[in-house]
Amino acid sequence: MTVPFLLFFICAFLAVLGAVLLIVAWEPIHSALALILVMMSLAVLYLLLGAEFIAAVQIIVYAGAIMVLFVFVIMLLNAGIEERTNWSQFAKVVGLPMGFFLLLATAHFLSRSAVGASIANGTGAVSNAGVSTRALSIALFRQYLFPFEATSILILIALLGALILARKDN
Amino acid sequence: MEFITQHPVLVVSLVKIAVLLFIVMTGLAYLTWFERKVVAHIQSRWGPYYVGAHGLLQPLADGVKFLFKEDMTPPTSDKLLYILAPFLALALALTAIALIPFGPPTIRVLGQPVFMISNLDIGLLFLFAITSIGVYGVALAGWSSNSKYPLLGGLRSSAQMISYEVSLTLSVVGVLLIAGTLNFNDIISGQTGYYLHFIPRWHVIPQLVGFLCYITAAIAETNRIPFDLPEAETELVAGFHTEYSSFKFAMFFMAEYANMITVSCLATILFFGGWLSPFPDSWTWQLYLPGAGLLLLGAYCAYDTVVNMRGLAKLQFMVVTMLCVGGGVITLIPAVAAVIRGPFWFTTKVIAFLFFYVWTRGTLPRFRYDQLMNFGWKLLLPVSLANLVITSFVMILPYLLRHG
Amino acid sequence: MSVIPISYYLVLSAILFGLGAVAVVFKRNIITIFMAIELMLNAVNLAFVAFARAHGQLDGLVFVFFVIVVAAAEAAVGLAIVIMITHNRQSLNVERANLLKF
Repeated sequence: MTVPFLLFFICAFLAVLGAVLLIVAWEPIHSALALILVMMSLAVLYLLLGAEFIAAVQIIVYAGAIMVLFVFVIMLLNAGIEERTNWSQFAKVVGLPMGFFLLLATAHFLSRSAVGASIANGTGAVSNAGVSTRALSIALFRQYLFPFEATSILILIALLGALILARKDN
Repeated sequence: MEFITQHPVLVVSLVKIAVLLFIVMTGLAYLTWFERKVVAHIQSRWGPYYVGAHGLLQPLADGVKFLFKEDMTPPTSDKLLYILAPFLALALALTAIALIPFGPPTIRVLGQPVFMISNLDIGLLFLFAITSIGVYGVALAGWSSNSKYPLLGGLRSSAQMISYEVSLTLSVVGVLLIAGTLNFNDIISGQTGYYLHFIPRWHVIPQLVGFLCYITAAIAETNRIPFDLPEAETELVAGFHTEYSSFKFAMFFMAEYANMITVSCLATILFFGGWLSPFPDSWTWQLYLPGAGLLLLGAYCAYDTVVNMRGLAKLQFMVVTMLCVGGGVITLIPAVAAVIRGPFWFTTKVIAFLFFYVWTRGTLPRFRYDQLMNFGWKLLLPVSLANLVITSFVMILPYLLRHG
Repeated sequence: MSVIPISYYLVLSAILFGLGAVAVVFKRNIITIFMAIELMLNAVNLAFVAFARAHGQLDGLVFVFFVIVVAAAEAAVGLAIVIMITHNRQSLNVERANLLKF
């Protein structure tokens, strides 16, 4: 059990634990903390995959800004314990078994395809070299310059939209 | 013994972490002493003077007080968050210090560099990541206290931190453009050399505006005066850490000072050449500066012991004098002086920054909250952006001129 | 140092995506539903990064970058809408926002 494998299993366990806690938690703030746990463990997994810049961006933007926004909104709206309603009979009797069957069918068809075969054989293993930030930024600013500028306009629109939506009407 | 030679990385790293942790915790404690003394002298009084000689045992007394105070937990809705918040704040603040190089990477023990714990290729980016997560300590502390003033203080404080974080990151990008790398060691190596043979090529000279933006954003990010409305005593009782007592409050306190130290270390690395000496290498007398400084300090301490101190303080200050003189003599040995040169200059610059921090604390009044947010978004952010645009334009100018 | 097969990362991504989908369907609080959508986006990011490493190209990493940016913009606008809905309906329960139900 070498260190990368051990680290992978610990982070995978933490990620799944966080996702389960997100579903199971009674208060939204606990769900937010669980999601932050998922994001941090995913950042470590990105580091294992050699994408160091993406790991840093994940922590800075996702865990450090988007989740802070969620936590702010939860605090502002004073979101306490959620109301619990009974699941409808439809969901309990038909829904869960159908979902499980759907999962099995998807797995069956995927495993028959070419993509599934190569994944199941364990080929396509990831190597250990990393992608440097320099190479990623060169790709971002040369081949992908237009999407880059387009997303900057998108962020500007989102900023204006959030400002106008959240403003009090005088 | 074979374990040490077979696993050099592990053993040396553990020793370095233990030593650094000890030094940082002692430094934090004496930073509080330093702050109280400097603010006191600005206000024409003496500060702590009686607890040890010149108040040098005051941090120890404060630590003991914090440990023995009654630990009240309010009947909150959230025990987990209440206990998690100070731990998170302190753990993140201390983790950030592990990334910082204190000296040149050429000095090694068992093949591992002595003066840095980690040498990440994305060191700067990782440091900013840790700073962004630090907001949660404040926000969760405010929320979990289940009381009006901490909630308001926590919300305001975290809003302030995320606002100034953007300007902090942008003001540093100018330095990144010049250095071309995110690695701390390479940024410092890029600052070697001298303009006109005696002005060091530090990044503060081409990036003066960036440096001013950085230092302003850093003071706001660490919630210090003049930007400390969310935790001011006259405003919100004590802000987000109102409901905390004894050791948890001490953890918030230590986290704030550790953030101060981290930001000062970052300022020296990015703008002031890190562990590089300001004097050219050809001036060999600079090797003896640490020793000379310590001996001077020892001389002052000796004079003070003989003339001013009485009783137990006299004994304590005699010990301090002997330590200073002994240290001065040891660092005069050329072999030791060559090793100690990098950390000495780094520590001097960091202490100069910390003095600047404490100086602004003692001198300036605090901003009102709306003035603070206006300043952050409407003045500091455009100035940092303009700095970035102008820097990139100036850097690409030779290429443009050559190729039409 | 050994390598970790890519299928491990893909299985983890599928599990996280499924858990996110379950949370979107079964939770009542609108903010929690939003967070589950972010969880699904994260699972997709993990799959992208794993495939980018497997094929040795960085196009996947660039796409992850853009997904994170777009998720940020979406979260900002979405939470502004959530605040407005809460002011109107006085509740964070999605079942209360049922005026258009026939």
